[in-house]
Amino acid sequence: MVLIGVALIIIGFALRFNPLVVVTVSGLVTGLIAGLPLKQLITQFGEAFTTNRYMSILIITLPVIGLLERSGLQEQAKHLVSKIKAATAGKILTFYLLIREIAAALGLNSLGGHPQTVRPLIAPMAEGAAEAKYGDVPEEDREEIRAQAAAADNIGLFFGEDIFVAVGAILLMKGFFDQNGIKADPISMALWGLPTAIFVFIVHSIRLRLFDRKLDRKLGKTGSKDVKK
Amino acid sequence: MIISTEWIYIIMGIVCFFCSVYTFFDQANSRRIPSGLFYLIYAVTLLFGKVIPPFYTGLMVLAMVAIVAFGGLQKGSYNGAGADEREKSRKRLGNRLFLPAILIPVLTVLGSKLLVNVKIGSRLLLDPSNPTLVALGVACIIAILTAMMLTKSRPQTTFKESRRLLEAIGWAVVLPQMLATLGTIFTKAGVGTVVSGLITKVIPENSVFWIVFVFCVGMALFTMIMGNAFAAFPVMAAGIAIPFLIERFGANADQIAALSMFAGYCGTLMTPMAANFNIVPAALLDLKDKNHVIRVQVPTALLTLAFNIVLMYLLVK
Repeated sequence: MVLIGVALIIIGFALRFNPLVVVTVSGLVTGLIAGLPLKQLITQFGEAFTTNRYMSILIITLPVIGLLERSGLQEQAKHLVSKIKAATAGKILTFYLLIREIAAALGLNSLGGHPQTVRPLIAPMAEGAAEAKYGDVPEEDREEIRAQAAAADNIGLFFGEDIFVAVGAILLMKGFFDQNGIKADPISMALWGLPTAIFVFIVHSIRLRLFDRKLDRKLGKTGSKDVKK
Repeated sequence: MIISTEWIYIIMGIVCFFCSVYTFFDQANSRRIPSGLFYLIYAVTLLFGKVIPPFYTGLMVLAMVAIVAFGGLQKGSYNGAGADEREKSRKRLGNRLFLPAILIPVLTVLGSKLLVNVKIGSRLLLDPSNPTLVALGVACIIAILTAMMLTKSRPQTTFKESRRLLEAIGWAVVLPQMLATLGTIFTKAGVGTVVSGLITKVIPENSVFWIVFVFCVGMALFTMIMGNAFAAFPVMAAGIAIPFLIERFGANADQIAALSMFAGYCGTLMTPMAANFNIVPAALLDLKDKNHVIRVQVPTALLTLAFNIVLMYLLVK
């Protein structure tokens, strides 16, 4: 019965209803099915919403990013990249993926992030590289480049952070095994993450290279901007 | 402690509050009243979350969702800097523009690593419950002051620009909090136990490969449903990894742990339930399709999941 909530989520997302509404309805339905009285359920909503305020920390970055954007930060990021002749969208994102993954592996998770790094810096740099190479870039390809920038941030973070011993995930697993009387060593856990961390970097950088080729095919190779104009 | 997380929430609330004021007075927005109300209510939950009884916070949250459900939340108009003005300011400031942007990660890292156990008198400087969050908050405040001095901007401009970004994110800004709420309710209702029960049912007990396969795919699926690999691990490990892989086949717990968490992360890359990684960035980057980031990530996630399964199988065998 409680799976109705999960089903609602899947159907709601599949039918492209507003996710916020879908999630709320699913929460209300699941709670009622589980037998929580309405008043208690609403209290639960309020309590969890307040406890999880830290999830919305990105709000605190908005004033800085907004002000810098108004002063031309994104344009400067583009400008900087356009001076590097060899730069392509894929290469910039591969480089960012590498830095993000290594930094996370060293415990520096907060180097990077969508509001403070991807939107103001990385995405404009990747777009700038494409503009410098192809001239006008259509909006749909710009969106694809920006989505790739967000993906590089996520992938670098996820598969880097577990290589660091004192990260939440490793501590959680260590605690879990301790509770169940199984010997576990955080350092060994972190090291066994290495093969996957390396694999994911290789796979994703190959995909970014293919992405560059796709842009080449679609928008033409270097110099085509002169031909068009 | 001296700087607590509550302070950071209050600053977030103040940002939201001023944004809502500008939204209320935005004549170009045909839904300025409900839109402003959305941000105002949100500001109140951030500012006073600690003191308002949870029942009333719950009602406010539902009111926000109702505003979104009935189309009350709309983007406004922003007479911000045009392309010419931005270009002029860019030429004037050049690479100095990067300074405040880079201050955020650098100060956060320094703050969360170096100041973690620093005491002034007998009190800790940073809130020990979440030093990274507090360090990020403080870093942003220093960065904003630097940016204001650098660009010679007034606080009004800062809030107007914040509103432009906040409205670009729109309803997605509260989605991560709402998903965490859903997670709590799912746990209360026992959804995890039911799902893991279903997954363990399909386990073929004697084939190492298929046990590994079900375990890893189960980790990914469970993570996709709950939006969080941390929730999946204890359930799946207790249901499959310990009884089948570790106890029966003598698998090494460290290897299982590392690979199963990564299998979970592959799930995180493929689900809208991990909103702060997948949906919020889509909103933040003005992507029309809110699942665009997920679409880009799926091939890498599936290949990595396959790699994890094969590697775990070879290690356990």
